[in-house]
Amino acid sequence: MTKKVAAKRPVKKVLTKKAASKKLDPKAQTIESLLELIRITSTVIPDDVAKTLMKARTQEEQNTTASYAMNIIKDNMDLAKFKSQPLCQDTGTVIFFVYHPPGFFQSAFKDLIKKAVTKATQKGFLRQNSVHSITGENAGTNLGEGHPSIHFYEHSKKEVSVKLVLKGGGCENVSAQYSLPDTTLGAGRDLEGVRKVVIDAVYKAQGKGCGPGALGVCIGGDRADSAYYAKKQLLRKLDDKNEHKDLAKMESEIVETCNKLGIGPMGFGGKTTLISCKMTHANRVPASFFVSISYMCWAFRRQGVVLDKNHKISKWLY
Amino acid sequence: MKRLSYPFSPEAVRELKVGDMVLITGKLFTGRDAVHKYLHEGNKSPVNLKNQIIYHCGPVTMKDKKTGKWTVTAAGPTTSIREEPYQWEVIRDHGIVGVIGKGGMGQKTLDACKEHGCVYLHAVGGAAQVLAEKIKSVDGLFLEEFGLPEAIWELTVEDFPVVVTMDAHGNSLHKEVENSSREIFKTVL
Repeated sequence: MTKKVAAKRPVKKVLTKKAASKKLDPKAQTIESLLELIRITSTVIPDDVAKTLMKARTQEEQNTTASYAMNIIKDNMDLAKFKSQPLCQDTGTVIFFVYHPPGFFQSAFKDLIKKAVTKATQKGFLRQNSVHSITGENAGTNLGEGHPSIHFYEHSKKEVSVKLVLKGGGCENVSAQYSLPDTTLGAGRDLEGVRKVVIDAVYKAQGKGCGPGALGVCIGGDRADSAYYAKKQLLRKLDDKNEHKDLAKMESEIVETCNKLGIGPMGFGGKTTLISCKMTHANRVPASFFVSISYMCWAFRRQGVVLDKNHKISKWLY
Repeated sequence: MKRLSYPFSPEAVRELKVGDMVLITGKLFTGRDAVHKYLHEGNKSPVNLKNQIIYHCGPVTMKDKKTGKWTVTAAGPTTSIREEPYQWEVIRDHGIVGVIGKGGMGQKTLDACKEHGCVYLHAVGGAAQVLAEKIKSVDGLFLEEFGLPEAIWELTVEDFPVVVTMDAHGNSLHKEVENSSREIFKTVL
């Protein structure tokens, strides 16, 4: 499996050349591996998403604007991979999820992530995409208060794994949070109410989130955790199955229902409005019932790596 | 497939209808949030936008260290609706005849398109590589102080693919899709 995935990535010449010519010191090796993770995430759609998009492409009627859009999407996926350049010019909020063994130095790793992000920006794998919210200044490095976004998790394994999501602004802007009950939608504090608000978010997004889209949803939690857990659902592979029976059922029902809306690729009208919906839940206080929806565009940039003891990439996760 | 070639004019864009797939050849000027706000505040445009097309885009650009020449390496559209408060004014005061973006725009822009002879051309969001390939040269950079994604880039493009989703006759595909999806939405609630 690992071999097969690796063979599918033909554009790794920068890394292999450098690795062959000189042995890097440990820090430089970590930066190099993180840079490679950023490059692949920005330029190659993960296999599970690519497969789903290509299936959706065949389902649109020929000679429609919807099929025209899906064809351009396919050409763009091919070209970005071939040229090793960003799929989308909005290389998004850069969000790292780091899974590490006990006794790991988070702050040192954070510094290396920042160095890799700076390098990736210089090389054009990331756009100069981070703006100071008070002064409007763009430092051109993608570093700043809260940027990049880095989340650490301790796990029981010996190795370090790093997952990365690049989330563009267009789809982030149509992401939403509802507080149930919602009287305008007639959405109560139950799963039926949840279903209603999720479909409402997709209806309201129309073509503005660069659909066909993929959703991460969290039922419950406080406002902050709810939004975060919804986003974390985007780490799930599209073809996995939710362990929670009711949520598994609702995930497929929401995709089916949203595809009846006829919003279609780019909002041009058409059959595929959503390619996936992934749901989770978190406990809430009795007074609150939030439902958070993280909308991801078709340019679903998500990748992950396992690092070996020298922090070389030993495995690609998607 | 229709073609729209430079020099552009209100007459030429009035020929286009919602749903037309169009290939544009000629000049484009990028302009997004900062530029629209700047023009709205009454500042003079550093370039003459009369009969030009504005492209809602913040490209990824690279400068050759030796020659100082710029190349655009990724250039898809950004969401247009953020410019809705300003776009009608820019159409009226600067005489632009085309707006390229994604996601569509609202009634004010649609009305201005009809009144002044302008169209909204939808590029495929996220298709930054396919669209950057169509850029044949980078001819100018203005308002660099806004940051590279927010600056005005003067570009020459060839066969740049778009779909007309708002025409100069008051028609909007976005309005149509929103209305039809609303009807279906009501039945599934």
